[in-house]
Amino acid sequence: MSYLFCTPDEQQQMLERIGVDSLQTLLDQIPSELQLRRPLDLPPALTELELEQHLSRLASRNVGTSTRACFMGGGAYDHYIPSVVDEITSRGEFYTAYTPYQAEASQGTLQAFFEFQSMIAQLTGLDVANSSLYEGGSGVAEATLMAMRCTNRMGRVVVAGSLNPEYLETVKTYLVNKSTELVVVPTPGGTIDLVKLESLINDQTACVIAQQPNFFGCLEDLDKLSKLTHAAGALFVVSFDPLSLGILKRPGDLGADIAVAEGQSLGIPLQFGGPYLGILACRQQFVRKMPGRLIGQTVDRNGERCFFLNLQAREQHIRRAGAMSNICTNQGLMALRATVYLSLLGPQGLKEVAELSCRKAHYAADRLKLIDGCELLFGPPFFKEFVLKYKHGADVAIRKAASANIDIGPALNRLPGLDWIPAADKDQSLLIAVTESRTKEEIDRLVNALATS
Amino acid sequence: MSPDQLKYSTTHEWVAIEGETATIGITDFAAQLLSDLVFADLPPVGKKLIQGQPFGEVESVKAVSDLYAPVSGEVIARNERLTERTGADGKTVSAELDLLTTSPFQEGWMIKASVSNLGELSSLMDQAQYQSHCEKSGH
Repeated sequence: MSYLFCTPDEQQQMLERIGVDSLQTLLDQIPSELQLRRPLDLPPALTELELEQHLSRLASRNVGTSTRACFMGGGAYDHYIPSVVDEITSRGEFYTAYTPYQAEASQGTLQAFFEFQSMIAQLTGLDVANSSLYEGGSGVAEATLMAMRCTNRMGRVVVAGSLNPEYLETVKTYLVNKSTELVVVPTPGGTIDLVKLESLINDQTACVIAQQPNFFGCLEDLDKLSKLTHAAGALFVVSFDPLSLGILKRPGDLGADIAVAEGQSLGIPLQFGGPYLGILACRQQFVRKMPGRLIGQTVDRNGERCFFLNLQAREQHIRRAGAMSNICTNQGLMALRATVYLSLLGPQGLKEVAELSCRKAHYAADRLKLIDGCELLFGPPFFKEFVLKYKHGADVAIRKAASANIDIGPALNRLPGLDWIPAADKDQSLLIAVTESRTKEEIDRLVNALATS
Repeated sequence: MSPDQLKYSTTHEWVAIEGETATIGITDFAAQLLSDLVFADLPPVGKKLIQGQPFGEVESVKAVSDLYAPVSGEVIARNERLTERTGADGKTVSAELDLLTTSPFQEGWMIKASVSNLGELSSLMDQAQYQSHCEKSGH
């Protein structure tokens, strides 16, 4: 496609062509009291050279994972991204691809998303996945609304207190104009108390939502949770960690009806919070109630395999207010990165990443526990992150680590909710996540930083 | 029943009344308007119907249309041939949605309901009125 100029000469030609004397004439329909009639108050334009120098200086004030060891957790992680991911996704055809509503012009991008969906279905042990949502939090919210549609129960939604608190805030936002009661099950021991949960599920409950591993890094008993949920006729929604499935059982095999996730760990950099990748998969019987785009495979008029947007009658551009969601997009480029990442790693690679993350996290926890003043806040088994309680305060721990060029956290007192955790505990506690990218040297350096007074 | 014995709603549903039982479906006119039907979402047995309120949906490749209850009552049966189901041999049987175009007034019936208020029938049209309604609506 050619680059189109818009020089003053060309503007003049266009005006003459349409028989208009000036650009201002085209604006005459706008009431004069609403027209600005002066230039915008912007500084003078910079040259490319000046601009690049200015932005580089600003950017150099950031610190990133290339210069500091990142042990931060809470939903986004510093997992390794093989260079192949950037290589393939930066190809012009993929990088500039737009929304695939014209199937005949979008086969490449549609095929990539179909492969993404297929891999997510395999990964989760569920029947169908969509071509992605925005990120993990809104994924949980969409799953909640979907469960309400599927069960036709609007009365109550029960959610584990061990769900990412920011995801919980998002769910609350999505439910704000509904009369649905959102019941949070406190998790003082780090995981869901099954007896307490059972008492909170009633016949108006659309779904029970749990996270695996949960926000504190701990492992929930999904099997028992799903049985309790289904006994009440509700759906079981699980927010999972994609890389944990290298060694943990799949949500689909443990009774999840809808599985959602944040896919940032699958080849997406931390990039200051986004763009990230929402993942949603579910059982076949719920397919018509799914939000988001669904890519399907079919044959064209010549009998050749091709791909297209299926079941569009669920979506906003056809159903309007009756649509399954207001979403009319997907995180195409991020989904492509995840597709490349998953293809490259395969089951063996995923297992290795998961095992390394888990073993290194346990090595770190075992050494940290030995430090006077350090303990793990929760007892249940964990996967790749845990909550460290530091008697001198979480902020002190973070500063000590920072002085050794290491980032840990977030501190629990930075998060909304979590009201059942005593404030004193929250002030002393923070998350530490260990991925396969962390070295023994970095872990030992962290331990030493916290051990010294 | 044959089409000339049925009652019709302005939203293209037909009703066959036998005693206090209504059999409900959509007309050939409606099926033709919709074209390329891919899915019918019918209510379960026991679902309450309110005249004029949606009781289900029928989906084509390009649109989804609500099905409106021509009379109030309670669903006592639904035509399972219009839904995908598991056969006796455990194999999945596809929905026979072509029945809505090949036999809309007979085998393509959608639901049977017990009628709560037979008086509501007077607000429905007979075949002649319905045909006139279709012509006027300009399709």
